[in-house]
Amino acid sequence: MPKTIVCDGNEAAAWGACLAKPDMVSVYPITPQSSLAEHLTEFIAEGKLSADLMDVEGEHSVLSVLQGACLAGARTFTATCGQGLAFMFEPYFRTPNLRLPIVMAIVTRDGITPQTVWGGQQDAMTVKEAGWIQMYAETNQEILDTIIMAYRVAEHPDVMLPVNVCFDGTYLSYGIEAVSVPDQEVIDEFLGEKNVNWHVALDPERPMAVDPLTGGGSGKGTSMFVRYRKGHCKAMQRALEVIEEVHTEYGEKVGRFYGPLIEEYRMEDADYAIMTIGSMTGAGREAVDIARGEGKRVGLLKVKTFRPFPVEAIHRSLAKVKALGVVDRSVNYGWGTGPLYQEVLAATYFLEQRIPVISFIGGLSGSDLTVENHFRKVVEVTERACQGEVSRQTIWLNEDDDKGEG
Amino acid sequence: MKQQSKKMFDPSTIPDDYCPIATDFFDMQVGDWRAKRPVVLRSKCVKCGTCWAFCPTQCIIEKPKWFEANLKICKGCGICAQECPNHAITMVEEQEE
Repeated sequence: MPKTIVCDGNEAAAWGACLAKPDMVSVYPITPQSSLAEHLTEFIAEGKLSADLMDVEGEHSVLSVLQGACLAGARTFTATCGQGLAFMFEPYFRTPNLRLPIVMAIVTRDGITPQTVWGGQQDAMTVKEAGWIQMYAETNQEILDTIIMAYRVAEHPDVMLPVNVCFDGTYLSYGIEAVSVPDQEVIDEFLGEKNVNWHVALDPERPMAVDPLTGGGSGKGTSMFVRYRKGHCKAMQRALEVIEEVHTEYGEKVGRFYGPLIEEYRMEDADYAIMTIGSMTGAGREAVDIARGEGKRVGLLKVKTFRPFPVEAIHRSLAKVKALGVVDRSVNYGWGTGPLYQEVLAATYFLEQRIPVISFIGGLSGSDLTVENHFRKVVEVTERACQGEVSRQTIWLNEDDDKGEG
Repeated sequence: MKQQSKKMFDPSTIPDDYCPIATDFFDMQVGDWRAKRPVVLRSKCVKCGTCWAFCPTQCIIEKPKWFEANLKICKGCGICAQECPNHAITMVEEQEE
Protein backbone atom coordinates (compact mmCIF):
# COMPACT_ATOMS: atom_id res chain seq x y z
CA MET A 1 0.00 0.00 0.00
CA PRO A 2 1.29 3.47 -0.78
CA LYS A 3 1.88 5.45 2.40
CA THR A 4 0.98 9.07 2.91
CA ILE A 5 3.55 11.35 4.49
CA VAL A 6 3.53 15.05 5.25
CA CYS A 7 6.62 16.72 3.87
CA ASP A 8 8.11 19.66 2.03
CA GLY A 9 9.12 19.65 -1.61
CA ASN A 10 12.74 18.88 -0.90
CA GLU A 11 11.81 15.75 1.02
CA ALA A 12 9.35 14.76 -1.70
CA ALA A 13 12.17 15.08 -4.25
CA ALA A 14 14.44 12.95 -2.07
CA TRP A 15 11.70 10.30 -1.86
CA GLY A 16 11.31 10.35 -5.64
CA ALA A 17 15.05 9.87 -6.07
CA CYS A 18 15.13 7.15 -3.40
CA LEU A 19 12.37 5.16 -5.13
CA ALA A 20 14.27 5.34 -8.43
CA LYS A 21 17.21 3.57 -6.73
CA PRO A 22 20.16 5.51 -8.13
CA ASP A 23 23.55 3.80 -7.82
CA MET A 24 25.38 7.04 -7.21
CA VAL A 25 24.32 10.31 -5.67
CA SER A 26 26.37 13.45 -5.33
CA VAL A 27 25.00 16.71 -3.98
CA TYR A 28 26.46 19.95 -2.74
CA PRO A 29 24.17 21.92 -0.46
CA ILE A 30 22.84 25.31 -1.55
CA THR A 31 19.77 27.21 -0.39
CA PRO A 32 16.92 26.43 -1.02
CA GLN A 33 18.03 22.90 -2.01
CA SER A 34 20.04 22.08 1.14
CA SER A 35 17.47 20.00 2.99
CA LEU A 36 17.07 17.87 -0.15
CA ALA A 37 20.77 17.01 0.13
CA GLU A 38 20.28 16.29 3.85
CA HIS A 39 17.34 13.96 3.23
CA LEU A 40 19.28 12.02 0.61
CA THR A 41 22.28 11.53 2.88
CA GLU A 42 19.93 10.56 5.70
CA PHE A 43 18.23 7.94 3.49
CA ILE A 44 21.64 6.52 2.61
CA ALA A 45 22.77 6.51 6.26
CA GLU A 46 19.56 4.75 7.30
CA GLY A 47 19.95 2.16 4.56
CA LYS A 48 16.72 3.20 2.80
CA LEU A 49 18.77 4.06 -0.25
CA SER A 50 21.66 1.89 -1.28
CA ALA A 51 23.71 4.36 -3.31
CA ASP A 52 27.30 5.50 -3.28
CA LEU A 53 27.41 9.03 -1.95
CA MET A 54 30.18 11.15 -3.41
CA ASP A 55 31.15 13.90 -1.02
CA VAL A 56 32.79 16.52 -3.23
CA GLU A 57 33.90 20.12 -2.90
CA GLY A 58 31.44 21.85 -5.20
CA GLU A 59 28.86 21.59 -7.95
CA HIS A 60 31.40 21.41 -10.77
CA SER A 61 32.70 18.18 -9.27
CA VAL A 62 29.20 16.97 -8.44
CA LEU A 63 28.18 16.73 -12.07
CA SER A 64 31.63 15.67 -13.24
CA VAL A 65 31.66 12.60 -10.99
CA LEU A 66 28.13 11.75 -12.04
CA GLN A 67 29.22 11.87 -15.68
CA GLY A 68 31.91 9.34 -14.86
CA ALA A 69 29.46 7.21 -12.91
CA CYS A 70 26.95 7.28 -15.73
CA LEU A 71 29.62 6.37 -18.29
CA ALA A 72 30.45 3.41 -16.08
CA GLY A 73 26.81 2.31 -16.03
CA ALA A 74 25.32 3.89 -12.92
CA ARG A 75 21.91 5.48 -12.48
CA THR A 76 22.59 8.88 -10.95
CA PHE A 77 20.84 11.73 -9.16
CA THR A 78 21.69 15.22 -8.00
CA ALA A 79 20.05 18.54 -7.25
CA THR A 80 21.18 22.15 -7.25
CA CYS A 81 20.07 25.70 -8.00
CA GLY A 82 21.09 29.32 -8.39
CA GLN A 83 24.79 29.98 -7.93
CA GLY A 84 25.39 26.24 -7.57
CA LEU A 85 23.95 25.69 -11.02
CA ALA A 86 26.11 28.55 -12.31
CA PHE A 87 29.19 26.88 -10.87
CA MET A 88 28.07 23.58 -12.41
CA PHE A 89 27.63 25.07 -15.86
CA GLU A 90 30.77 23.65 -17.48
CA PRO A 91 29.85 19.96 -16.98
CA TYR A 92 26.13 20.88 -17.26
CA PHE A 93 26.72 22.20 -20.76
CA ARG A 94 28.29 18.94 -21.96
CA THR A 95 26.05 16.38 -20.24
CA PRO A 96 23.30 16.36 -22.88
CA ASN A 97 25.75 16.14 -25.78
CA LEU A 98 27.37 13.14 -24.11
CA ARG A 99 23.79 11.80 -24.06
CA LEU A 100 23.98 10.83 -20.40
CA PRO A 101 20.59 10.15 -18.77
CA ILE A 102 21.32 11.93 -15.50
CA VAL A 103 18.36 13.24 -13.49
CA MET A 104 18.84 16.49 -11.61
CA ALA A 105 16.36 18.55 -9.63
CA ILE A 106 16.66 22.32 -9.88
CA VAL A 107 15.12 23.86 -6.77
CA THR A 108 14.69 27.11 -8.64
CA ARG A 109 16.14 30.24 -7.09
CA ASP A 110 16.19 33.74 -8.45
CA GLY A 111 19.31 35.20 -10.02
CA ILE A 112 21.92 37.14 -8.13
CA THR A 113 22.30 40.23 -7.99
CA PRO A 114 20.51 41.63 -5.91
CA GLN A 115 21.44 39.01 -3.34
CA THR A 116 18.58 36.57 -2.98
CA VAL A 117 18.10 33.11 -1.52
CA TRP A 118 14.44 32.90 -2.49
CA GLY A 119 12.47 31.27 -5.26
CA GLY A 120 12.31 32.45 -8.87
CA GLN A 121 12.98 30.50 -12.04
CA GLN A 122 15.85 32.63 -13.34
CA ASP A 123 18.44 29.87 -12.80
CA ALA A 124 16.64 27.15 -14.76
CA MET A 125 15.51 29.59 -17.46
CA THR A 126 19.05 30.84 -17.94
CA VAL A 127 20.27 27.35 -18.87
CA LYS A 128 17.32 26.45 -21.10
CA GLU A 129 19.45 26.26 -24.25
CA ALA A 130 22.01 23.80 -22.90
CA GLY A 131 20.05 20.84 -24.26
CA TRP A 132 18.58 19.26 -21.12
CA ILE A 133 14.97 18.21 -20.89
CA GLN A 134 13.22 20.45 -18.35
CA MET A 135 9.95 19.70 -16.62
CA TYR A 136 8.35 21.95 -14.00
CA ALA A 137 6.34 20.60 -11.08
CA GLU A 138 3.33 22.31 -9.53
CA THR A 139 3.01 20.44 -6.24
CA ASN A 140 5.16 18.33 -3.91
CA GLN A 141 3.33 15.24 -5.13
CA GLU A 142 4.15 16.16 -8.70
CA ILE A 143 7.82 16.61 -7.74
CA LEU A 144 8.02 13.06 -6.40
CA ASP A 145 6.13 11.56 -9.33
CA THR A 146 8.03 13.55 -11.96
CA ILE A 147 11.46 12.60 -10.64
CA ILE A 148 10.54 8.94 -11.02
CA MET A 149 9.11 9.52 -14.49
CA ALA A 150 12.20 11.55 -15.43
CA TYR A 151 14.32 8.39 -15.31
CA ARG A 152 12.07 6.63 -17.79
CA VAL A 153 12.24 9.61 -20.13
CA ALA A 154 15.99 10.09 -19.75
CA GLU A 155 16.85 6.41 -20.18
CA HIS A 156 14.52 5.77 -23.12
CA PRO A 157 16.77 4.43 -25.91
CA ASP A 158 15.43 7.02 -28.39
CA VAL A 159 16.06 9.85 -25.94
CA MET A 160 19.18 9.27 -23.80
CA LEU A 161 19.25 12.82 -22.47
CA PRO A 162 19.55 14.33 -19.00
CA VAL A 163 16.41 15.67 -17.33
CA ASN A 164 15.90 18.58 -14.95
CA VAL A 165 12.90 18.39 -12.68
CA CYS A 166 12.43 22.05 -11.74
CA PHE A 167 10.39 23.14 -8.76
CA ASP A 168 9.98 26.48 -7.06
CA GLY A 169 12.46 27.19 -4.32
CA THR A 170 10.89 28.50 -1.09
CA TYR A 171 7.32 27.85 -2.24
CA LEU A 172 7.64 24.15 -2.88
CA SER A 173 11.03 23.41 -1.33
CA TYR A 174 9.77 24.49 2.11
CA GLY A 175 6.02 24.28 1.59
CA ILE A 176 4.50 21.28 3.38
CA GLU A 177 1.81 19.09 1.87
CA ALA A 178 0.53 15.55 2.15
CA VAL A 179 2.38 13.35 -0.33
CA SER A 180 1.63 9.78 -1.28
CA VAL A 181 4.73 7.62 -1.58
CA PRO A 182 4.18 4.76 -4.04
CA ASP A 183 5.20 1.18 -3.27
CA GLN A 184 8.76 0.30 -4.16
CA GLU A 185 7.66 -2.79 -6.13
CA VAL A 186 5.38 -0.66 -8.33
CA ILE A 187 8.21 1.75 -9.10
CA ASP A 188 10.69 -1.09 -9.67
CA GLU A 189 8.33 -2.56 -12.22
CA PHE A 190 7.67 0.83 -13.80
CA LEU A 191 11.36 1.72 -14.17
CA GLY A 192 12.62 -1.71 -15.21
CA GLU A 193 16.26 -2.55 -15.75
CA LYS A 194 18.51 0.42 -16.30
CA ASN A 195 20.84 0.53 -19.29
CA VAL A 196 22.53 3.90 -19.33
CA ASN A 197 25.86 3.36 -21.09
CA TRP A 198 25.13 1.13 -24.07
CA HIS A 199 26.02 3.96 -26.46
CA VAL A 200 29.10 5.39 -24.76
CA ALA A 201 31.02 3.84 -21.91
CA LEU A 202 34.09 3.71 -19.76
CA ASP A 203 34.39 -0.04 -20.05
CA PRO A 204 37.52 -2.14 -20.56
CA GLU A 205 35.42 -4.74 -22.37
CA ARG A 206 34.37 -2.15 -24.94
CA PRO A 207 37.35 0.16 -25.38
CA MET A 208 36.50 3.51 -26.93
CA ALA A 209 37.56 7.12 -26.69
CA VAL A 210 34.81 9.32 -25.28
CA ASP A 211 34.21 12.71 -26.88
CA PRO A 212 37.16 13.11 -29.27
CA LEU A 213 37.80 16.42 -31.07
CA THR A 214 35.08 16.81 -33.69
CA GLY A 215 34.79 19.66 -36.18
CA GLY A 216 37.34 21.88 -37.84
CA GLY A 217 37.15 23.93 -41.00
CA SER A 218 35.46 21.54 -43.39
CA GLY A 219 35.09 17.92 -44.41
CA LYS A 220 34.39 14.86 -42.30
CA GLY A 221 34.73 16.58 -38.94
CA THR A 222 32.23 19.34 -39.62
CA SER A 223 29.67 16.91 -41.07
CA MET A 224 30.05 14.74 -37.99
CA PHE A 225 29.50 17.75 -35.75
CA VAL A 226 26.27 18.57 -37.57
CA ARG A 227 25.19 14.94 -37.33
CA TYR A 228 25.53 14.98 -33.54
CA ARG A 229 23.65 18.27 -33.24
CA LYS A 230 20.84 16.96 -35.44
CA GLY A 231 20.76 13.72 -33.46
CA HIS A 232 20.35 15.71 -30.25
CA CYS A 233 17.51 17.77 -31.73
CA LYS A 234 15.82 14.59 -33.00
CA ALA A 235 16.02 13.05 -29.54
CA MET A 236 14.51 16.20 -28.02
CA GLN A 237 11.54 16.02 -30.40
CA ARG A 238 11.13 12.29 -29.74
CA ALA A 239 11.17 13.11 -26.04
CA LEU A 240 7.86 14.95 -26.42
CA GLU A 241 6.20 11.65 -27.38
CA VAL A 242 8.09 9.68 -24.75
CA ILE A 243 7.09 12.15 -22.01
CA GLU A 244 3.44 11.63 -22.95
CA GLU A 245 3.76 7.83 -23.06
CA VAL A 246 5.58 7.73 -19.74
CA HIS A 247 2.97 9.94 -18.02
CA THR A 248 0.19 7.70 -19.27
CA GLU A 249 1.91 4.54 -18.10
CA TYR A 250 2.77 6.07 -14.72
CA GLY A 251 -0.83 7.17 -14.30
CA GLU A 252 -2.07 3.67 -15.02
CA LYS A 253 0.36 2.10 -12.54
CA VAL A 254 0.27 4.65 -9.74
CA GLY A 255 -3.11 6.27 -10.26
CA ARG A 256 -2.01 9.87 -10.67
CA PHE A 257 -2.25 11.62 -14.04
CA TYR A 258 -0.67 14.93 -14.99
CA GLY A 259 -0.73 16.90 -18.21
CA PRO A 260 2.64 15.74 -19.56
CA LEU A 261 3.39 18.74 -21.78
CA ILE A 262 0.59 21.25 -21.26
CA GLU A 263 -2.22 20.78 -18.77
CA GLU A 264 -5.52 22.41 -19.59
CA TYR A 265 -7.81 23.69 -16.84
CA ARG A 266 -11.38 24.81 -17.62
CA MET A 267 -10.46 25.38 -21.26
CA GLU A 268 -13.54 23.70 -22.82
CA ASP A 269 -15.46 26.87 -23.73
CA ALA A 270 -12.84 29.47 -22.83
CA ASP A 271 -12.60 32.74 -24.77
CA TYR A 272 -9.21 33.56 -23.31
CA ALA A 273 -6.63 31.86 -21.13
CA ILE A 274 -3.83 32.50 -18.70
CA MET A 275 -0.65 30.46 -18.79
CA THR A 276 1.37 29.44 -15.73
CA ILE A 277 4.47 27.42 -14.93
CA GLY A 278 5.34 25.78 -11.62
CA SER A 279 3.72 26.28 -8.23
CA MET A 280 1.95 29.54 -9.14
CA THR A 281 -0.52 27.35 -11.03
CA GLY A 282 -2.46 26.73 -7.80
CA ALA A 283 -3.27 30.43 -7.39
CA GLY A 284 -3.94 30.63 -11.12
CA ARG A 285 -6.55 27.85 -10.93
CA GLU A 286 -8.27 29.58 -8.05
CA ALA A 287 -8.32 32.89 -9.90
CA VAL A 288 -9.89 31.11 -12.87
CA ASP A 289 -12.53 29.53 -10.61
CA ILE A 290 -13.43 32.94 -9.17
CA ALA A 291 -13.58 34.56 -12.62
CA ARG A 292 -15.73 31.68 -13.85
CA GLY A 293 -18.03 32.36 -10.90
CA GLU A 294 -18.35 35.90 -12.21
CA GLY A 295 -19.33 34.57 -15.62
CA LYS A 296 -15.99 35.12 -17.34
CA ARG A 297 -15.02 32.47 -19.86
CA VAL A 298 -11.39 32.02 -18.90
CA GLY A 299 -9.23 28.92 -18.77
CA LEU A 300 -5.70 28.06 -17.68
CA LEU A 301 -2.79 26.39 -19.43
CA LYS A 302 -0.09 25.01 -17.20
CA VAL A 303 3.25 24.39 -18.88
CA LYS A 304 4.87 21.29 -17.47
CA THR A 305 7.42 20.49 -20.16
CA PHE A 306 9.39 23.58 -21.15
CA ARG A 307 12.31 21.82 -22.88
CA PRO A 308 11.73 20.50 -25.48
CA PHE A 309 9.14 23.19 -26.12
CA PRO A 310 5.76 21.55 -26.83
CA VAL A 311 4.79 23.63 -29.86
CA GLU A 312 2.06 21.28 -31.14
CA ALA A 313 0.38 20.96 -27.76
CA ILE A 314 0.43 24.74 -27.38
CA HIS A 315 -1.11 25.12 -30.82
CA ARG A 316 -3.91 22.73 -29.96
CA SER A 317 -4.71 24.68 -26.82
CA LEU A 318 -4.33 28.16 -28.26
CA ALA A 319 -6.57 27.34 -31.20
CA LYS A 320 -9.44 27.50 -28.69
CA VAL A 321 -8.87 31.03 -27.38
CA LYS A 322 -8.71 34.64 -28.61
CA ALA A 323 -6.16 36.00 -26.11
CA LEU A 324 -3.52 34.71 -23.73
CA GLY A 325 -1.76 36.10 -20.66
CA VAL A 326 1.55 34.39 -19.86
CA VAL A 327 2.88 34.60 -16.30
CA ASP A 328 6.63 34.14 -15.95
CA ARG A 329 8.62 33.81 -12.76
CA SER A 330 11.83 35.05 -14.39
CA VAL A 331 13.06 37.70 -16.79
CA ASN A 332 14.23 37.58 -20.39
CA TYR A 333 16.61 40.55 -20.40
CA GLY A 334 17.00 40.48 -24.15
CA TRP A 335 13.34 41.30 -24.69
CA GLY A 336 12.29 42.85 -21.39
CA THR A 337 9.57 40.20 -21.11
CA GLY A 338 9.24 36.78 -19.56
CA PRO A 339 11.10 33.90 -21.26
CA LEU A 340 8.06 31.60 -21.41
CA TYR A 341 6.11 34.46 -23.01
CA GLN A 342 8.76 34.80 -25.69
CA GLU A 343 8.62 31.08 -26.50
CA VAL A 344 4.84 31.11 -26.72
CA LEU A 345 4.94 34.20 -28.89
CA ALA A 346 7.22 32.39 -31.34
CA ALA A 347 4.84 29.41 -31.35
CA THR A 348 1.84 31.62 -32.16
CA TYR A 349 3.46 32.64 -35.44
CA PHE A 350 2.30 29.34 -36.90
CA LEU A 351 -1.29 29.71 -35.69
CA GLU A 352 -3.86 30.27 -38.39
CA GLN A 353 -5.28 33.21 -36.46
CA ARG A 354 -2.82 35.49 -34.69
CA ILE A 355 -3.94 36.22 -31.11
CA PRO A 356 -2.75 38.86 -28.61
CA VAL A 357 -0.37 37.55 -25.97
CA ILE A 358 0.49 39.57 -22.85
CA SER A 359 3.63 39.15 -20.74
CA PHE A 360 3.34 39.18 -16.96
CA ILE A 361 6.32 38.78 -14.67
CA GLY A 362 5.78 37.95 -11.02
CA GLY A 363 6.95 35.90 -8.10
CA LEU A 364 10.55 37.09 -8.36
CA SER A 365 12.86 36.53 -5.41
CA GLY A 366 10.28 34.67 -3.36
CA SER A 367 7.45 37.18 -3.78
CA ASP A 368 3.94 35.79 -3.42
CA LEU A 369 1.62 35.54 -6.38
CA THR A 370 -1.76 35.79 -4.73
CA VAL A 371 -5.20 35.29 -6.20
CA GLU A 372 -6.53 38.68 -5.14
CA ASN A 373 -3.57 40.99 -5.67
CA HIS A 374 -1.95 39.45 -8.69
CA PHE A 375 -3.86 36.80 -10.61
CA ARG A 376 -7.04 38.90 -10.62
CA LYS A 377 -5.04 41.47 -12.59
CA VAL A 378 -3.73 38.80 -14.96
CA VAL A 379 -7.28 37.71 -15.73
CA GLU A 380 -8.54 41.28 -16.13
CA VAL A 381 -5.76 42.44 -18.45
CA THR A 382 -6.06 39.30 -20.58
CA GLU A 383 -9.83 39.78 -20.75
CA ARG A 384 -9.30 43.33 -22.02
CA ALA A 385 -6.84 42.00 -24.62
CA CYS A 386 -9.54 39.56 -25.71
CA GLN A 387 -11.82 42.56 -26.22
CA GLY A 388 -9.20 44.29 -28.36
CA GLU A 389 -7.39 46.46 -25.84
CA VAL A 390 -3.90 45.03 -26.21
CA SER A 391 -0.97 46.14 -24.09
CA ARG A 392 2.52 45.57 -25.41
CA GLN A 393 4.01 46.52 -22.08
CA THR A 394 5.32 43.82 -19.79
CA ILE A 395 3.30 43.85 -16.58
CA TRP A 396 5.35 43.42 -13.39
CA LEU A 397 2.91 41.88 -10.95
CA ASN A 398 4.76 42.59 -7.71
CA GLU A 399 5.72 46.15 -8.61
CA ASP A 400 3.16 47.66 -6.26
CA ASP A 401 3.49 45.17 -3.41
CA ASP A 402 4.83 48.01 -1.22
CA LYS A 403 1.58 49.97 -1.62
CA GLY A 404 -0.27 48.13 1.17
CA GLU A 405 -2.95 45.58 0.31
CA GLY A 406 -0.60 42.52 0.48
CA MET B 1 56.65 3.22 -35.18
CA LYS B 2 53.30 4.39 -36.48
CA GLN B 3 50.37 3.18 -34.46
CA GLN B 4 48.38 0.55 -36.29
CA SER B 5 44.83 1.47 -37.29
CA LYS B 6 42.91 -1.11 -35.35
CA LYS B 7 39.27 -1.19 -34.27
CA MET B 8 38.81 -0.97 -30.54
CA PHE B 9 35.06 -1.49 -30.44
CA ASP B 10 32.44 -2.16 -33.08
CA PRO B 11 30.29 0.96 -33.13
CA SER B 12 27.97 -0.27 -35.89
CA THR B 13 25.48 -1.50 -33.29
CA ILE B 14 24.77 1.98 -31.95
CA PRO B 15 23.39 5.10 -33.64
CA ASP B 16 26.08 7.36 -35.09
CA ASP B 17 24.35 10.56 -33.97
CA TYR B 18 24.35 10.04 -30.19
CA CYS B 19 27.54 10.65 -28.21
CA PRO B 20 30.79 11.32 -30.07
CA ILE B 21 33.08 8.34 -29.60
CA ALA B 22 36.23 7.24 -31.35
CA THR B 23 36.96 3.61 -32.08
CA ASP B 24 39.94 3.95 -34.42
CA PHE B 25 43.44 4.91 -33.38
CA PHE B 26 44.49 8.21 -34.86
CA ASP B 27 47.98 7.84 -36.33
CA MET B 28 49.17 11.40 -35.68
CA GLN B 29 51.84 11.68 -32.99
CA VAL B 30 52.18 14.80 -30.90
CA GLY B 31 55.75 15.00 -32.14
CA ASP B 32 54.37 15.66 -35.63
CA TRP B 33 53.66 19.31 -34.87
CA ARG B 34 57.02 20.15 -33.26
CA ALA B 35 58.71 23.33 -34.60
CA LYS B 36 61.97 23.01 -32.67
CA ARG B 37 63.73 19.90 -31.43
CA PRO B 38 65.89 19.55 -28.34
CA VAL B 39 69.45 18.48 -29.12
CA VAL B 40 71.53 17.15 -26.23
CA LEU B 41 75.25 17.92 -26.15
CA ARG B 42 76.47 14.63 -24.73
CA SER B 43 79.76 16.08 -23.47
CA LYS B 44 77.85 18.48 -21.23
CA CYS B 45 75.10 16.09 -20.01
CA VAL B 46 75.81 14.83 -16.48
CA LYS B 47 72.63 12.69 -16.32
CA CYS B 48 71.18 14.73 -13.45
CA GLY B 49 67.66 13.98 -14.74
CA THR B 50 66.35 17.54 -14.49
CA CYS B 51 64.98 17.37 -18.07
CA TRP B 52 63.33 14.04 -17.27
CA ALA B 53 61.64 15.53 -14.22
CA PHE B 54 60.39 18.68 -15.96
CA CYS B 55 59.25 17.30 -19.31
CA PRO B 56 55.43 17.80 -19.44
CA THR B 57 54.97 14.97 -21.95
CA GLN B 58 57.31 12.61 -20.12
CA CYS B 59 59.15 11.91 -23.34
CA ILE B 60 62.71 11.95 -21.96
CA ILE B 61 64.38 8.55 -22.28
CA GLU B 62 67.49 7.29 -20.58
CA LYS B 63 70.61 6.40 -22.60
CA PRO B 64 73.83 4.88 -21.21
CA LYS B 65 75.49 8.22 -20.57
CA TRP B 66 72.87 10.87 -21.31
CA PHE B 67 69.18 11.62 -21.53
CA GLU B 68 67.37 12.55 -24.74
CA ALA B 69 63.86 13.17 -26.00
CA ASN B 70 61.72 10.62 -27.81
CA LEU B 71 60.95 12.73 -30.87
CA LYS B 72 57.70 10.89 -31.64
CA ILE B 73 56.28 12.42 -28.50
CA CYS B 74 58.34 15.57 -27.89
CA LYS B 75 56.28 18.67 -28.80
CA GLY B 76 59.35 20.91 -28.75
CA CYS B 77 58.21 23.11 -25.89
CA GLY B 78 61.79 23.79 -24.81
CA ILE B 79 61.23 23.42 -21.08
CA CYS B 80 64.07 20.87 -20.84
CA ALA B 81 66.48 23.32 -22.49
CA GLN B 82 65.37 26.10 -20.18
CA GLU B 83 65.72 23.97 -17.04
CA CYS B 84 68.96 22.09 -17.83
CA PRO B 85 71.45 23.34 -15.17
CA ASN B 86 74.41 22.48 -17.40
CA HIS B 87 73.01 24.14 -20.56
CA ALA B 88 73.46 20.83 -22.34
CA ILE B 89 70.26 21.15 -24.43
CA THR B 90 69.71 23.51 -27.32
CA MET B 91 66.55 23.95 -29.34
CA VAL B 92 67.15 23.56 -33.06
CA GLU B 93 64.72 24.59 -35.80
CA GLU B 94 63.01 21.63 -37.49
CA GLN B 95 63.70 21.39 -41.22
CA GLU B 96 61.38 20.08 -43.92
CA GLU B 97 62.32 16.50 -44.59
